[in-house]
Amino acid sequence: MTWVLDNLDLILELALVHLRQSVIPIALGLLLSIPLGWVAWRFRLVRGPIVVLTGLLYTIPSLALLILMPAVAGYSATEEPNLIVALTIYAIAILVRSVADGLDSVDADVRQAATAMGYAAPRRFLAVELPLAGPVILAGLRVAAVSTISLATVGILIGVTNLGYLFTNGLQRRIIAEVLAGVVAVVVIALVVDLLLVLLGRMLMPWTGVIAPSRAKATSPRRAVVRAAA
Amino acid sequence: MNLFADALAWLLSPERLQGQYALPALLGQHLLYTAVSVLIAAAIALPAGWLIGHTGKGREIAVAISGAARAVPSFGLLVLLVLVLGVVRTPLAAIITFVLLAIPSLLAGAYTGFEAIDRRTIDSARAMGMTEWQIFTRVELPLGMPLLVGGIRSALLQVIATVTIGAYVNLGGLGWPIIQGIPLRRFDQVLAGALLVAVLALLVDLLLALTQRAVVPAGIDAQSPPHRSERRVARRAASAVT
Repeated sequence: MTWVLDNLDLILELALVHLRQSVIPIALGLLLSIPLGWVAWRFRLVRGPIVVLTGLLYTIPSLALLILMPAVAGYSATEEPNLIVALTIYAIAILVRSVADGLDSVDADVRQAATAMGYAAPRRFLAVELPLAGPVILAGLRVAAVSTISLATVGILIGVTNLGYLFTNGLQRRIIAEVLAGVVAVVVIALVVDLLLVLLGRMLMPWTGVIAPSRAKATSPRRAVVRAAA
Repeated sequence: MNLFADALAWLLSPERLQGQYALPALLGQHLLYTAVSVLIAAAIALPAGWLIGHTGKGREIAVAISGAARAVPSFGLLVLLVLVLGVVRTPLAAIITFVLLAIPSLLAGAYTGFEAIDRRTIDSARAMGMTEWQIFTRVELPLGMPLLVGGIRSALLQVIATVTIGAYVNLGGLGWPIIQGIPLRRFDQVLAGALLVAVLALLVDLLLALTQRAVVPAGIDAQSPPHRSERRVARRAASAVT
């Protein structure tokens, strides 16, 4: 415990760096996944290739991806952008599917009603389809956020400092408290971000929690949400 | 692309077949750790998952466990267990880490497989006079198999990725050329290791994807319209459990 108290400054500093290295990929991943997911949902023909390609990138173990991406694209492996690019790729792999599944879950009648009321495609997407797909996207976003935060620690193996530093340094110096502090800090950050996402979801989608579960039609997107969160 | 040529040269050098760190030995270690951990995890998670899926009870606990488990950095857990158990027992620490890592995906694969089955199918089986055990072995197990294989698939891939990182605590495996090469700035070796790990993961993924198709019971049309969207959502959800 004394180690933790003596090194609170270090832990806090690393936690802030860690937060920066994970929030950027999460936000960037969501931003890129919405158009990609829409394309995958709208054009059946490209859905397969998009899902397969992101799935394959997701399959590559993190340490390998952190080395292969810079080797292919020709940038430095040992710097922060490399970690951020790799984490963004993983986030996109999760989120593209969530966005496409979320758009799938929008009731066709609702979509037609919106069209009949004079919503043109872009406005219908932003005002009707995207909000209704929201719960499924949020479920995917929570998975992506938590895994990104915990995965970021691998960055230390290629020389990108974050909370993972407490693991390698703790192992070399044989300080159990240091490693434990790192694990706890990562879990706390992940849970806080997860909670913030849930609260943000309630704020932006106040109707979610209200749908009666007994209504058969309403349950299908809800079940998709529950499953995605599983 | 000079880098890749160097990596290939490193891979094909006859030295790679000699000594303690010969590539076949590293591959063997990698596969052995993966197989042992996933088998132990399956022995724990599958009965529990089937029970949850069959009775419909306790799924909130399972969801909470898998949610919390995702937040734990496996690299940190591995290092922590190595320090707590002592460096001599590194293999034990590693296997415990990998087992804990594999359990959530396997658990989710087992119970979502049962949950995705149309309730009417199970009711019909019961109405025909099947015992609960018969329903379990003859209805739920075969119909839940594709999602279960999906769970096994993501568990395997996660463990393969984490065994790679295990090289940092001297576990061996295909992560060794990477971890050992980075401080030495031997990028041919590092890239070659990364390529091997990526190819291994992709091959295992392909194998399991084929298995996932093969285990769809005869007579079930995977693309039949009424179930399609639900099955797809469920399959995705299972593969998203990572």
